[in-house]
Amino acid sequence: MDLDKKIATRQSYGEELAKLGEENEKIVVLDADLSTATKTEIFAKEFPDRFINVGIAEQNLMGISAGLSTFGKIPYASTFAIFAAGRAYEQIRNSIAYPKLNVKIVATHAGITVGEDGATHQMIEDIGLMRGLPNMTVMCTSDDIQTKWAVREISKIDGPVYLRLSRMATPIIYDVDTKFEIGKGVQIGEGTDASIIATGVTVSEALIAKKILKENGLDVRVIDIHTIKPIDKELIVKSAKETKRIITVEDHNIIGGLGTAVCDVLSEEYPTKVEKMGVPDCFGRSGKADELLRYYKIDSAAIVNKLMN
Amino acid sequence: MIVVKITNVEALKRIAVEVRKGIIEAVYSAKSGHPGGSLSCADILTVLYFNQMNIDEKKPDDPNRDRLVLSKGHASPALYSVLAEKGYFDKELLKTFRKIGSNLQGHPDMKKVPGVDMTTGSLGQGLSAAVGMAIASKMDKAGCDIYCIMGDGEIEEGQVWEATMAASKNKLDNLCVIIDNNNLQIDGEIEKVGGMNNITEKFQSFGFNTINIDGHNIDSIIDACTTAKQTKGKPTVIIAKTVKGKGVSFMENQAGWHGKAPNEEQYNLAMEELNNMLLVH
Repeated sequence: MDLDKKIATRQSYGEELAKLGEENEKIVVLDADLSTATKTEIFAKEFPDRFINVGIAEQNLMGISAGLSTFGKIPYASTFAIFAAGRAYEQIRNSIAYPKLNVKIVATHAGITVGEDGATHQMIEDIGLMRGLPNMTVMCTSDDIQTKWAVREISKIDGPVYLRLSRMATPIIYDVDTKFEIGKGVQIGEGTDASIIATGVTVSEALIAKKILKENGLDVRVIDIHTIKPIDKELIVKSAKETKRIITVEDHNIIGGLGTAVCDVLSEEYPTKVEKMGVPDCFGRSGKADELLRYYKIDSAAIVNKLMN
Repeated sequence: MIVVKITNVEALKRIAVEVRKGIIEAVYSAKSGHPGGSLSCADILTVLYFNQMNIDEKKPDDPNRDRLVLSKGHASPALYSVLAEKGYFDKELLKTFRKIGSNLQGHPDMKKVPGVDMTTGSLGQGLSAAVGMAIASKMDKAGCDIYCIMGDGEIEEGQVWEATMAASKNKLDNLCVIIDNNNLQIDGEIEKVGGMNNITEKFQSFGFNTINIDGHNIDSIIDACTTAKQTKGKPTVIIAKTVKGKGVSFMENQAGWHGKAPNEEQYNLAMEELNNMLLVH
């Protein structure tokens, strides 16, 4: 992991989407007046004929995407997570997920790491909302390399996908040639003292914690769950069997997100105590992203504290 | 794609009566459903499927076909009935409407029924999908016309106006919206319940070509659709004045028949009235 080289996953999305657009003419991109922030502007500049800005109208964003997909297009619909999974939830449910239409919802600015905008813009319920939808694939990627892979890979699935991305810049974790697979988590390290299961921005926090813990005599492994649905049951059960503790860490409410998804697996397959770290069922607040991670105790220091105690 | 269009108005009137019989049959069999708003758009659907749209019931997935989005999805009995009448599936299936194991869901499911172009049911969502289809057709220069039928109560939904704005901005002259203006929603008259009024002016201010017609006059529906096709540079809305429950005397203009099935006696009476209409046409 290169701690000095940071890039926000929304930036990786914008760059890869423009490349994908070059190769696949079926790709159309839609945005709701946030293209400079979601980075779909990169695609828009290169392919103005395949870019649709619907204005500040997220319900319509989802409906138009649904209609486009019935003509064989592969729409990537982007806005902030709060407006995608929140405001347009029922449009996603009834016009996209139920008819299993081939729409890729790429939601940026997820979680409290949105930062200064505060609670109204910090979507901490979206994983719960989206994983509760039949037919929906739910992903949350952790770095530049993984995000670029995911942006490309989801175009190959015939069906709806929710890809959750972040505003804040995060370290590059993976080598360029790392192989990923939808529905398969990534195990980093072989430590048996604990498994730290993370997704999105908290994966790099977990990796920083892993290093500090090692120096303090604890050998842990980090499990990067980039696909929250379908979740990698096998890897989660294996982690529970092989390690002493299971910790989940996410930039999401502790209700309904990654922690809940891990509990769903373990309670059925291999009952194990799960220690959930996340936003403690409260709305966020303004502040810098890193300050908020610290405030809500989902940063590397909090993970270290949890495991040292 | 082999497109067969019926131009004889008397023949279309007879088909519309058959469509109405199918609606009553389906709702009676299901013992639930929405007869009022199905009967009010029966003439519109008949003209679209038998006289206007480039479709082939043998090729329900033909990419170059015209599309129809029944945004007021609760009028599914009308859509199913017209599709069955057109030959997309056996009319006998109408008797399975809303029953466990049937593909004829309470609201239309595009993945279950041939001829259904969009899954609908939650009001206000269909027009956005129709806009997406119309944009896609223009991108591909496919030449498809896209029709979207909405209820007058339905347009109280805010998403409708998001979609209307997008249709106008994108100059979707291949999009024709039809408002089934029967003036009644579940809780009463639309002006009193939601406050929707001046529908024509609202669409005009959003940049639509507007046409007002009697939604039960076959000639008028044909003329309006023809004008819509000829209009360039902007989408068209046809505001069709209709009667909720049209064709069954005791259901006409009664909000109570929005979502209620007839009992056996009412069913027999309705069928008798409709069969008598066939003798007239």
